[in-house]
Amino acid sequence: MAILLETKGLNVIFRTQNGDLHAVRDLDLSLPEGVTLGLVGESGCGKSTLGRAILRILQENATMTGSIRFGAMDLLALPREETRQIRGRNIAMIFQDPMTRLNPLMRIRDHFIETIRAHEADTTKEAALKRAEKVLADVRVPPDRMRMYPHELSGGMRQRIMIALALLFNPTLLIADEPTTALDVIVESQILELLRSIMKDYNMSVLLITHNLGLVAEFADRVAVMYAGRIVEEGETHRLFRNPMHPYTQGLLKSVIDLETADLYSIPGYPPSLLGPSVGCPYYPRCEKRMDICKTVDPPLRPTGDDGGTVLCHLY
Amino acid sequence: MATWLERGRRSLVGRLIAGFFRESRGTPGAIIWIGITIVLIIVELSVLAPFLAPFDPNTKVATPETAPGGPFLMGTDRSGQDVFSRILWGGRVPLQIIALATMMSLVVGLPLGLLSGFLGGRLDRVLVLVMDSIYAFPGLLLAIAIAAVIGRGILNISAAIAVVYIPTYFRVIRNHVSSVKSELYVDAAVALGMPKWRVIGKYVLPNVAQNVPVIFSINAADAVLTEAALTFLGLGLPVGIPDWGFDISLNWQRFDVIWWATFYPGLFILLLTTALTFVGEGLNDILNPLLRKART
Repeated sequence: MAILLETKGLNVIFRTQNGDLHAVRDLDLSLPEGVTLGLVGESGCGKSTLGRAILRILQENATMTGSIRFGAMDLLALPREETRQIRGRNIAMIFQDPMTRLNPLMRIRDHFIETIRAHEADTTKEAALKRAEKVLADVRVPPDRMRMYPHELSGGMRQRIMIALALLFNPTLLIADEPTTALDVIVESQILELLRSIMKDYNMSVLLITHNLGLVAEFADRVAVMYAGRIVEEGETHRLFRNPMHPYTQGLLKSVIDLETADLYSIPGYPPSLLGPSVGCPYYPRCEKRMDICKTVDPPLRPTGDDGGTVLCHLY
Repeated sequence: MATWLERGRRSLVGRLIAGFFRESRGTPGAIIWIGITIVLIIVELSVLAPFLAPFDPNTKVATPETAPGGPFLMGTDRSGQDVFSRILWGGRVPLQIIALATMMSLVVGLPLGLLSGFLGGRLDRVLVLVMDSIYAFPGLLLAIAIAAVIGRGILNISAAIAVVYIPTYFRVIRNHVSSVKSELYVDAAVALGMPKWRVIGKYVLPNVAQNVPVIFSINAADAVLTEAALTFLGLGLPVGIPDWGFDISLNWQRFDVIWWATFYPGLFILLLTTALTFVGEGLNDILNPLLRKART
């Protein structure tokens, strides 16, 4: 399968008043065409930053090194105007909080017209609206919602609108940053069902950023586990859930609540600070299987077996 | 008729007007309507001055210092000119200058505020510094200095006054923009590939535009005073153009005898300022829902 997206040695550093914050560190990731990759990890591990880095919509104090290949292009080397054209056209993103993602002073239909004209400036209103209607039908929103303002719609409806806006140009990659976190469970399952069918219809690759392991198990073909700005384990979903190799992945899977006993395991300690340089394995202080070597030597990247995955650990 | 109404209800302007009427009930509404009425009356008196004024404002029509009464509604001044006629004619210049000056400062201050707030960085630093140093000057002093440099004339005076009020627009707009900039819908628009100028025009500007009418009317009120002060000091207008501030300066030393020649021009300056302030305050109450809630 052809590789759609590949990062090599990607670093994202935020310059802050307290020093440099290394949000993403030496990150290698590849996403084949038509595959859904779940990106999991706890809050602050850098998963959203990675998603935004791919679109190059990070804050101004961020610097990036390394490479992000998308098809034949290196996104980090492209001029500004071309990266803008890629956003929303080749790579689209949907977000966690649909309630506030639409301009409160603009009708739904104007959101569509604006988005289409951002990429194809001379589209007529009628043509734009026609396209909008088609996409809205795909996300199962009745066309009469088009003349409404965002406040007239529910959270689930607004997320459908956001998805429709993302689909306007048939992107090959969809970055979904916790798309259902703010929605209640019933709407969540509707949106997931919708996403599933759309992924098939539009033949998109999806980067699903979430901390919901259940969502990943159900949805993703492959999973990447992030910790302190690094991917500590990557692999095929079944393998990773049945046979997690990295101690952090094992801890993460153990922390899912057991309804039989109602016991909730949690990994002791806190994630490390991302400020300043890092020596050895970032998981060392919390790891149950730590060894002396972990403290001083950066862990090596090892293959996990038949699933073509990798694990970043001294154990293997 | 029906289709016209229908369209009126659906178009933005129609909705705004309808919304204005709906919201302008109660105390803030009354304040606005009083203000608008007074402003409109003064504007009309000035526009219709050639037809309404009983005498030529620049010629001696009676014995100087005639008390009000008879054909001279407000008496005559030190040079025997009819005070009432001069008041009617004298409103034209201040009104023009105020309209011009507030427009000019809007046209400069609003875009600068938008850019500064949205782009941030070094440009923002520099602009804020420049605007703050303008703001630090007492407004009148600054206007006097500029007027003294660029000379007389309606356009020049307007420019001098405009400079004083640019920082007001700049500050309010810039600060509001820098908070709207971090709204998630702006982020989403960027993620969908919207170009910067479109984000500014369609996503940021409409969400900060509510400030404009308020600053506009409050600045206009203040500009009336600045204009009057400039002409009172003899800066600004070519001789022979009737103006309230100028009339006060001509007659104030004889206030104890011919009080009417200073009182009436002063009254009109006061009325216009108060009326414009009313409009601004009322608009602020209506356009700022938080304030509206706090007061009821």
